[in-house]
Amino acid sequence: MTTTVADPAEVVRPPAPRREVAKAWVRDRGVYVALGLLVLYNVATSEGFLSRANINLNLIQVAVTLIVSLGMAMVIGTEGIDLSVGATMAIAAVLMPDYMGYGLPVAILVAVAAGAVVGLINGLLIAVVGVQPIVATLIMLVTGRAMANVYSNGQLTEIFDPALRTLGTGSTLGVPNTALVALLLTAVVGVVVRRTTFGRRLVAIGGNLEASTLAGLPVRRTLITVYVVSGLLAAIAGVLYTARTGAANPGQIGDLIELAAITAVVVGGTPLSGGRVRILATVAGALLLQIVFATLTRNNVDAGYARIFQAAIIVGAVYLQRDRTAS
Amino acid sequence: MSQELAPAAPPSTQATAVDAAADRQSRIVGLVQRSAALIVLAIALLVGSVMYSQFAEVSNFRNILESRFSLGLIAVGMTFVIISGGIDLSVGSVMAVSAVLTAWSATNYGSVAAVVVPLAVCAVIGLVNGLLIARGRLAPFIVTLATLLGARGLALKITDEGTTKQLVPDDAWVLNLGRADVAGLPVPILFAVAAFLVGFVVLNRTRFGQSVFAVGGSEDAANLMGLPVRRIKVWVYVASAFLAGVAGMLVAARAGTGEVTLGQGIELQAIAAVVIGGTLLTGGSGGLGGTAAGVVLLGVISNLINLSDLPNTYYQGLVSGLFLLVVVVAQTLLARKKRT
Repeated sequence: MTTTVADPAEVVRPPAPRREVAKAWVRDRGVYVALGLLVLYNVATSEGFLSRANINLNLIQVAVTLIVSLGMAMVIGTEGIDLSVGATMAIAAVLMPDYMGYGLPVAILVAVAAGAVVGLINGLLIAVVGVQPIVATLIMLVTGRAMANVYSNGQLTEIFDPALRTLGTGSTLGVPNTALVALLLTAVVGVVVRRTTFGRRLVAIGGNLEASTLAGLPVRRTLITVYVVSGLLAAIAGVLYTARTGAANPGQIGDLIELAAITAVVVGGTPLSGGRVRILATVAGALLLQIVFATLTRNNVDAGYARIFQAAIIVGAVYLQRDRTAS
Repeated sequence: MSQELAPAAPPSTQATAVDAAADRQSRIVGLVQRSAALIVLAIALLVGSVMYSQFAEVSNFRNILESRFSLGLIAVGMTFVIISGGIDLSVGSVMAVSAVLTAWSATNYGSVAAVVVPLAVCAVIGLVNGLLIARGRLAPFIVTLATLLGARGLALKITDEGTTKQLVPDDAWVLNLGRADVAGLPVPILFAVAAFLVGFVVLNRTRFGQSVFAVGGSEDAANLMGLPVRRIKVWVYVASAFLAGVAGMLVAARAGTGEVTLGQGIELQAIAAVVIGGTLLTGGSGGLGGTAAGVVLLGVISNLINLSDLPNTYYQGLVSGLFLLVVVVAQTLLARKKRT
């Protein structure tokens, strides 16, 4: 019964093809160009920009956002969204202090498992019950953050553990450990998305859910797995953040990181309408945002304007991505 | 799709028993959806009165309402937004902008400015939301998430990152809006009640209100019927931001100052109240009566948690989150049943 109604705007004035081509180019390559230009600008105007200390600082700061963005990219690829990533980070963080007694590996395992459980609940709500992704993950955002606060009484708990400290603040071969973890995860996710059946199914489902169902793809299982992976990655990000700061802070950790992650994905040229996952571009998107803020901070732009600017970037990026849905 | 738009026409003479049964079932489902919040509220009130002697006192109810007037105002706007098929995550930040601006304007330009400036600025923020969503065809959640950030940035800017705290002068009449009583009730509560009443009339008795339902039910169909879909959507977001502005202004008038951190997370509470009240997050169906019950219910729950020994703020989030979970799952399953 659902006949597709053509958008009147499209019918009345079909956009000039050349403009479309240019738009597509900006969508697909824009993030790399912008990143390149911003780096050049910083190299030209700031002496310390290429110093090892500055590069490492930026890498450490971007690692957490990047890891969350990887999961977000996969979720968005299925035409979903995961707003619960910040809450998942908080849950992972507050669990750690209580399990440090069993050793760091156990504590990390528990934290990451908790993230998988949050993802599983999201996945079940979305794939089995049929709740919209934004609604399901919004509920987990509220409930998850509250759980973390209830569990920890809203208290910040410091963790003194040399191994955790090394993970969070140390480096290997001159590269910060957190950045190495992010790099490793990027590679894994990249291979999974590109080279595995699961990755292809994920993209197929995002591209056309109905066709995927008719083609006999295991839609439910794939969707659930995607949200579990997103939860896993968010929990790992929570562990790294906790390692970096040396404390589990349920109120602060991961606050608005869903927004940063969505921005990184969208700035990287992944449409919110699904059917496409661009891991490398997501990395570029996360780096771009990081350097934008580093640049703003360096130029003493105050926090208020920085936020307004970030809001503008998000809207601009989504605006550029938008037309793909019309086709 | 056709179902939501189908008029409540009398069943044709050939209507089979199966149709009638399905009709009855869907009517029951609808009734449960609409009145679930009211039933739970009644139960909560009953449990509260039995468990705590101080619960059923007038002063306690006054406290409950007083602590929820801003949520009520925001939930009215949120109901319109959600019925239109959208969502507004920016209300908490907009509220903060309003509160900060109220204090700033009252200090610098007097009471009239303290009312006009924040409300005008908030309406403009709503306009930006609406235009980006309706004209720019961007997803409501991403636009309003961006304005959540941007508006908080604006509030930070006005207060020099929270370091400058403007105090409303003691002789400014705008303070009365927050502190005075009329007919035995605090003015902010009256504002919230008025918002519900006006909202109810607009939603149910005007062409605009019916159009909001139509847009939320099916945008394409609304378009084909010749409704000004874009304009309707823009107005809905303006109304939402405006009401958040009123809430922020009243909070500032009450406290005598505006806090940058005001309203964090209130968007989630408002969504919870609306959804618990039986409005579907998919749009096209719902009402303000349920929202009112939802707002009061959240207030009562938090009050009950307060009266018990649990540390309030955190459990409150947990309870409303779990509530939301149950309601949304039930609604989704019921809607599925309705369809088959």
